[in-house]
Amino acid sequence: MTYVLKPKFHHPALPKNNLGLTHRDYEGSVSTLCAGCGHDSISAAIIQACWELDLPPHRVAKMSGIGCSSKTPTYFLGQSHGFNSVHGRMPAVATGASLANRDLVYLGVSGDGDSASIGLSHFAHCLRRGVKMVYILENNGVYGLTKGQFSATADIGSVSKQGVRNNDEPIDLISMAILLGATYVARSFSGDKRQLVPLIKGAIHHRGIGFIDVISPCVAFNNHPGSTKSFDYVRAHNDAVNALDLMIDRDEIVIDHEPGTVVEVTQHDGSVLRLRKIEEDYDATDRLAALGYVQHGHAAGEVVTGLLYVNHEMGDLNDRMNTVEVPLNSLGDAELCPGSAALDTINAALR
Amino acid sequence: MLQVAPPRQTRVNDFVVKFANVNGSGSASANRLFARAILRMGVPVATRNIFPSNIQGLPTWYEVRVSEAGHIGRRGGVDLMVAMNPQTWRQDVAAIDAGGYLFYDATRPMPAAQLRDDITVLPMPLTAICNQRYADTRLRQLFKNIIYVGALAELLGIESGVVEQLISEQFKSKAKLVEPNIEAFAMGREHARKELGGPIDLEVRRADAVGERIFVDGNNAAAVGCVFGGATVAAWYPITPSTSLAEAFSRQCQRHRVDPATGKNRYAVVQAEDEIASIGIVVGAAWNGARAFTATAGPGISLMQEMIGLAYFAEIPAVIFDVQRGGPSTGMPTRTQQADMLYCAYASHGDTKHVMLIPEDPHECFAFAALAFDLADRLQTPIFVMMDLDIGMNEWLTKPFTWESDRRYDRGKVLSAEALEAGVEFGRYLDVDGDGIAYRTMPGTYANKGAFFTRGTSHTRYARYSEQGADYVDNMARLARKFETAKGLVPAPIATAAAEPTRYGVIYYGSTAPAMNEALQALAEDGIHLDTLRVRAFPFAAAVEDFVLAHDRTFVVEQNRDAQLRTLIINECEIDPARIIPILHYDGTPITERFISAAIAAQWQALVASAHNEAAE
Repeated sequence: MTYVLKPKFHHPALPKNNLGLTHRDYEGSVSTLCAGCGHDSISAAIIQACWELDLPPHRVAKMSGIGCSSKTPTYFLGQSHGFNSVHGRMPAVATGASLANRDLVYLGVSGDGDSASIGLSHFAHCLRRGVKMVYILENNGVYGLTKGQFSATADIGSVSKQGVRNNDEPIDLISMAILLGATYVARSFSGDKRQLVPLIKGAIHHRGIGFIDVISPCVAFNNHPGSTKSFDYVRAHNDAVNALDLMIDRDEIVIDHEPGTVVEVTQHDGSVLRLRKIEEDYDATDRLAALGYVQHGHAAGEVVTGLLYVNHEMGDLNDRMNTVEVPLNSLGDAELCPGSAALDTINAALR
Repeated sequence: MLQVAPPRQTRVNDFVVKFANVNGSGSASANRLFARAILRMGVPVATRNIFPSNIQGLPTWYEVRVSEAGHIGRRGGVDLMVAMNPQTWRQDVAAIDAGGYLFYDATRPMPAAQLRDDITVLPMPLTAICNQRYADTRLRQLFKNIIYVGALAELLGIESGVVEQLISEQFKSKAKLVEPNIEAFAMGREHARKELGGPIDLEVRRADAVGERIFVDGNNAAAVGCVFGGATVAAWYPITPSTSLAEAFSRQCQRHRVDPATGKNRYAVVQAEDEIASIGIVVGAAWNGARAFTATAGPGISLMQEMIGLAYFAEIPAVIFDVQRGGPSTGMPTRTQQADMLYCAYASHGDTKHVMLIPEDPHECFAFAALAFDLADRLQTPIFVMMDLDIGMNEWLTKPFTWESDRRYDRGKVLSAEALEAGVEFGRYLDVDGDGIAYRTMPGTYANKGAFFTRGTSHTRYARYSEQGADYVDNMARLARKFETAKGLVPAPIATAAAEPTRYGVIYYGSTAPAMNEALQALAEDGIHLDTLRVRAFPFAAAVEDFVLAHDRTFVVEQNRDAQLRTLIINECEIDPARIIPILHYDGTPITERFISAAIAAQWQALVASAHNEAAE
């Protein structure tokens, strides 16, 4: 979390949005993540989405936990308040913030360690309550800051850089999100900005939780050949993993693909992800069908991406709690304190 | 068969009645009716529930101390035992003071061997009476309780009109229940008059000693304090003995915090997934400018540690009610202790210190709850309100709540949009005023000034990440300065001088207060005079250290094993431990006047003896 100042020079020809702001006005300090990290692509997508939506940066609050992903709010929206809280508890902190002021945009950034392990319960309850926020999960299947341990989203049979096989069933946060009643559930890929930016924009405009699971390869620790289909294949390629440990010349993965096609994406480490666009006739409002489609895709070793489920009818936590339209943090003494006469009545009832 | 003990004087408005019941039998509301009837006759009572962590079938006790003199602490001992639970028969009979009374359900009379010859036995065939009158088993059980209240009313001289009035109030919304309850009450009264020979020598006599005082438990009082203190966000996880605080807050908000024009709520209560989420929600809400609190007990405090450290280090207001129960671990969930004092004072890893407010009764629970929100905003740090089960869950006779009509909330140091517009320099952790408290900004305030990054990592005065030693030390030293500032803002300790000059003092706090006050009188009658200091907050004012230094020896009376407040005093005031003598009560029951008097008297004699020896040498 080093703080690096950026030059403030703006090229005069930079395009401006309707607020007269350029991309630069939505940036943060210089990223200190590894060169080529998928997370930086997500930060860029967030900047792009906020800029395109003409969001006043100060009306966004950035919330995060602990980990590589949770560091990223420093690298975008430098004019927004940010809160880098404790490991796994971002959803709880964001819940409180959202209740205190329902008028801001809450942009939660979390990782797979943060949300699928230490904070799994908060992830679950934040979703089922319908907190109004964008919940971006930067999912790389690995603990980066502590140098390469498996996370709970690592696929069964995949092998760590040290040659250790993951024997545990992965937690599929997308299926969980749909089961838990999240009302905007999407998956994307950090290398697919064309898909991700609209998904973020859609989530910002969603009244309720907007959960986006973004597969975001870790160039430093999950950068070796491995397969989610074949244990033998993974073991057979362990050597190559170590060979890729040099981490030189790591370009970000950028892909484009047409709807309805399955695209094989070679990660930095040479391992293959199959990304599959939603079928043209996919019904994103059918909860059970969405769940089935995601499960079938997972069983086939595919990563289903896109807007997978959406429900506009549930409303958010503030709606469910029937809170006043103005932010609770704007209420003054007169609206909060019942006053001494009311206290006399309370006293009288206790005699 | 009546066994008659030697005659003794009638004791008016000064005795202890204890009910031994089985929980889940509906006895609680009948026992409460009994206590409230005495209050309505103008006679102070102190009531205490001693209950198990269980819903049905285990022993539970309800103690009613009748005291016209107004002693609301536990005295110790029992003058009239209402023994309704065969499981605890032996211990209940043994608990009665010599010359006392035993009232029991004598449908199956107890043999003499199970009784005592130094007490008066008042047998009443309650089950038989109920079976004869009621066909329904549930009614038999419920009315049995009301029938014994009727019998006790006759025996003690409680006015029927008062009880009938209370029954009418209780069943205001279920009017058809009024008549059957009054009938059952009258049936008990009549039976006691005919079969037990009417009044005994314990008497409730109408007085005017209750005055303006109210009868309320601390959890409800604190909840009202939260409403008046401006709390808008509450997050909690159910845990005994704090649950009723959060639930009472919801109830009070439904009455006082619904916008009459729209029907919408000016509050939000979240029953969270655990205590970690509870404190996380509180921290998030308070960071965003809402007044927020959680209520919990020791195990919840354990879970909240990391977030408490974050709130301390990132300087976020948070109000935490710790309704203490018996620890460690699950401990005694339904018993009382003051055993989280040290843990809360230094909660979380690293160098941390926290503000604690320590109310002595429900009146102060209300006052300190409201105050806690002002202090949290002013000091931008967690504020603990250290209650316990005895205050929190028992109804106490206490001074009415008060609120100055011109009182306004202190929202602390917050930079407005206007101030930012005017170009005021903003450093989130910049000590502009020299009191260790920096200015903060609320998210969303101003377009391009005042934003900062809140983090649990070490930071500069301008909220930037830094692991430079100088930055870290600068920040930690300022936090220590802020804690010094807190000393002048928290409720000051209350000192009371003994009637005669003395070289000895006593420090006490929280729910120990009423028993302590009464013990002081008893000790003074025995020639033991003590100056007193009631500690009401941490950090300690200078008066605490001064008090200890001004006395040869100071007793610290508290309800835990390890003398936690004593340790805090020794540590914070850097005082010779030999100066402070611990008086410790930690069996989970509320401390009694008799315990304190006996323990201090014993220590006193040892001190006097050693002083004599020194003089002889």
